[in-house]
Amino acid sequence: MLFENVLDVLAPAVLDVRHVGMRYESREVMRDIHFALTAGDFVSIVGPSGCGKTTLLRAMAGLTEPTSGSVRFKDREIREPQSEVAIVFQDYNRALLPWRTVRGNIALALEARRIARSEHPARIADLLRRVGLTRHADHYPAQLSGGLQQRVQIARALAQEPQVLLMDEPFGALDAITRQRLQDELLEIWSATSTTMVFITHDLEEAIYLGNRIIVLEANPGRVAADIRVDLARPRHQLTTREDSRFLAIRHQLFGLLSAE
Amino acid sequence: MIIATIVLAVSVAAGCAGLIALAARDGRAYAIAAPLLFGALLLWCWEVVCLGFGVPRVLLPAPSGIAQAFVANLPTLWADFVQTVIRAVVPGYLIGCGAGYLTAIALDRSAFLRRGFLPLAGLLGAMPIVGIAPIMVMWFGFDWPSKAAVAAVMTFFPMLINTVAGLSTTGALERDLMRSYGASYWQTLLKLRLPAALPYVFIALKLNFTLALIGAIVAEFFGTPIVGMGFRISTEAARLDLDVVWAEIALAALTGSACFAALALLERAVLFWHPSFQKFALSKP
Repeated sequence: MLFENVLDVLAPAVLDVRHVGMRYESREVMRDIHFALTAGDFVSIVGPSGCGKTTLLRAMAGLTEPTSGSVRFKDREIREPQSEVAIVFQDYNRALLPWRTVRGNIALALEARRIARSEHPARIADLLRRVGLTRHADHYPAQLSGGLQQRVQIARALAQEPQVLLMDEPFGALDAITRQRLQDELLEIWSATSTTMVFITHDLEEAIYLGNRIIVLEANPGRVAADIRVDLARPRHQLTTREDSRFLAIRHQLFGLLSAE
Repeated sequence: MIIATIVLAVSVAAGCAGLIALAARDGRAYAIAAPLLFGALLLWCWEVVCLGFGVPRVLLPAPSGIAQAFVANLPTLWADFVQTVIRAVVPGYLIGCGAGYLTAIALDRSAFLRRGFLPLAGLLGAMPIVGIAPIMVMWFGFDWPSKAAVAAVMTFFPMLINTVAGLSTTGALERDLMRSYGASYWQTLLKLRLPAALPYVFIALKLNFTLALIGAIVAEFFGTPIVGMGFRISTEAARLDLDVVWAEIALAALTGSACFAALALLERAVLFWHPSFQKFALSKP
């Protein structure tokens, strides 16, 4: 236990959430949320609805400024969106531009980073290959299923070459089979890069399956209820990992925490 | 008279039967055939009523009479068309729509302008055309510039309102997306908000052409050189030469519908991605 804390101190914090609180007039949405993400970590955030998950993510992305505390990326305070921090939204339907093809949607991130047009084709081809969309490069979002559309969003986020990837219930609207496939693909992408992942979900099993660490929030106001290490072997496997006794133990623990309210 | 009534009854019955038979079928052929048949039936009944019941030509000429007048006056109609549509409506329409669009972008940028100008623009939109037209004739003279000015004034407001509405359709999520890229105001406008506003812009483009046409024709009642669709309608009506008036009306209707159809086709090509057009343009792979 002590050793683990020492490691936490030694490993560089890439994103540092310091005593963050948020209040809208008289309503307190978050209170004193405090944790640090180490580089290359995969952190799941779970909590009941109304615990301020999305508000927390927006604060970490620099889209809203917390009313108290601060969010720091490396050694600077985040007050507005950083190019090193990318977001994947739950609502892929609205997050993709319907008048642009898959290729064009990914290019949007490259245009925003002002990358030379001549470099676009090679970069886009590489991103498409990484998320398995090569066949769909010239299709429009409306022609794609939800799973494929969400892959486009992930590819577009990766085009930013982010150090931190924030995901807000990205697979929440997908069917179970598609969701499992995307979970595995996301883990592959994560292990191939050193990107720090923050994954918000309301699905407890998904949180355990993906994460190295689970931050459990409780509601009214949103605050950290527990911070759990997940010591399951990688690569993870949809069947064996989910049958592992440690997996079940954590599931038990999470269930207890969230149904205690 | 009796014969006319019988012919009328029979043709209406036959036409309705034809329409019902067509309605049972689906698809493109029906979509084209139904309005054609309906239009033909309407013209036919009009013809039968006019000839059979001896309706005076001054009250309502038969379609065949209008067609004859149309052909006989083709050179005059063409000159009127050039004067009114090409010289007045088209430039007025382009200026009015363009100014409305640019003003909407300016209003969107500045809350101060929006609060101050939008109510005034509403006032402009509520101005009656018969009031504007003589003023424009005083300002810009008898020839086409005053008619173009009326068309511009009439089209400005609908374009302004629609573009403002279109620019406000982009939701919080889309703006967050652009902000997360650190996109500037202009990048967000060009890459996200203006394309998203296009469906609204097209509504204004389609409605405005007819408005511009009406505006230019009415404006010609208040002073014009001796050519133009509005001039022809007012002078020929005074001479009780109603066939020519109807021929001008037919010309105006044809011009309006043709431009509406062209704009609708353009809309379909540009907004292929919009849900309302997806069944035409995009299919699942």
